Amino acid sequence: MFLIRKPCQIHSNQLCAPDNTMEKEGICKFKQLFSYLGCFLRKFMFSILSVGPIPDHIAFIMDGNRRFAKKRHLLEGDGHKAGYESLISILNYCYQLGVKYITVYAFSIENFKRQPEEVQLLMDLMVEKIEDLLRNGSIVDKYGMRLYFVGNLGLLSSTVRAAAEKAMQATAHNSRAVLLICVAYTSSNEMVHAVNQAIRKNEFDSVEEEHIEKVPMIKINDIKRHMYMSVAPDPDIVIRSSGETRLSNFLLWQTAYSPLYSPTALWPEISIWHLIWVVLDFQRKYAYLQKKRKQP
Amino acid sequence: MVTTDSIRRSSARIAQMPSFALSVLWFLIHLLISIFFIVLGIADAVENYLISSGFLKRYDAINVGKLRYLAIVVDSEDAMQINKALKLLQWLTDIGVKHVCLYDSEGVLKKSKEIILERLSCAKLYEEGDEKSVLDSKTMIIEFTSQSDGKEALVRAANLLLKRLRSLGENQEEKIFTEAQMTEALKAVGSGGPEPDLLLVYGPARCHLGFPAWRLRYTEIVHMGPLDSMKYGSLLKSIYNFTLVRQNYGK
Repeated sequence: MFLIRKPCQIHSNQLCAPDNTMEKEGICKFKQLFSYLGCFLRKFMFSILSVGPIPDHIAFIMDGNRRFAKKRHLLEGDGHKAGYESLISILNYCYQLGVKYITVYAFSIENFKRQPEEVQLLMDLMVEKIEDLLRNGSIVDKYGMRLYFVGNLGLLSSTVRAAAEKAMQATAHNSRAVLLICVAYTSSNEMVHAVNQAIRKNEFDSVEEEHIEKVPMIKINDIKRHMYMSVAPDPDIVIRSSGETRLSNFLLWQTAYSPLYSPTALWPEISIWHLIWVVLDFQRKYAYLQKKRKQP
Repeated sequence: MVTTDSIRRSSARIAQMPSFALSVLWFLIHLLISIFFIVLGIADAVENYLISSGFLKRYDAINVGKLRYLAIVVDSEDAMQINKALKLLQWLTDIGVKHVCLYDSEGVLKKSKEIILERLSCAKLYEEGDEKSVLDSKTMIIEFTSQSDGKEALVRAANLLLKRLRSLGENQEEKIFTEAQMTEALKAVGSGGPEPDLLLVYGPARCHLGFPAWRLRYTEIVHMGPLDSMKYGSLLKSIYNFTLVRQNYGK
């Protein structure tokens, strides 16, 4: 039903300083009206999209922060900060649209090979932004979001690992929306970890010699169960910004039937229109993808 | 005469209208998108003609040596058209591609491998170690894979590692296998082919349909559309675009 369930609320203090002159007040009112219209248009567009199937899980490869910084003549760290702002926008859009699970590729194990200063900058930014997310009134509160940090967390420094674990504990009771942040992650590392866990949990060792042949060996569900990403269903869509057409060791096990989209925009330039376009195309292919998923 | 029922019916109709209006708008948007793709298809057909006829000079000299290993994923229903698959492989031979891995999840192409190898004059079946061999200008090595080489192969490799652990009498709790050992176990169970540089998907959507995950880490994935409408120009263009790609590998 086309109802604006929650009317667009634009907080005037976000757009207007308290000590405005008459002229600035006029500009301020215009900005408020513009924001309200933008919000209304977005909700209207999402209402139309909701007539068709909405993906339950979208995964993002957030590529292009460094190129963005270079393009705009910024410091490299500012590119990553712009990337974070872009992430918050996209999360807002996705959760408003009705997507429940979002996975983001924040930091690959391969990224540890970058310059130590850049790695440290990213780690510091991660800790800072985790603290922001846990504050009252953040997007985590707004959508009742549960956070998961997915990857080989043992490779992170104790500070970052502690911040990640604190965030996971603090949001463990939330269930309306889920954000999976892949950090110190590669798909090959995840698969080997799952195999190791499946081997460890197998009862092979405790069985007597004459019964060994009758013991069930490792099955596909044993490996699936121990994947870091087993807390979420397989993604419906993977979006990689910057126009690159590879998965770069991200969710290789989980994306057999997940179409990959490669908008050319750099991650900080990703907009609601890219998301709308991807969802529309997903709706065109939905029947085929469902048929493939249901095949044995 | 205005009755309670008629008021109720009118209210119900009015309440339904916004949903109906949204559905119409949704349908119209999808219709516009379909028209857009039809126009795009026409533009692609024109470009394909120009490439195939040699009018676009940049596609004349492609550095195909940069493409060491090509994978083709075909939707299993499309894969039943063996003639199409043969035509595609013939095109690849003409372009000069040396190593091809054909994949369809149900193994339709695998079951037809004898027919395919027989009908292609200069093709031979992949054997382990072939990726290092130097081939003459005409021979192409073809590997046939299916979902049994994907997740199922990883399970077989895991069981092989488990058996080895048991036979060595090592403690299951303490032993941690590495990625290198996993690669070696996959080779031992017959699924140890090389990682493709480029993967072309022939089907309705750009998904890898279960291609062996272990071999897809840095593979460029390109969507070619259904096998029915495959075009030589599009194939040449995809390979040419691949030769322009530069990867950082995470650095």
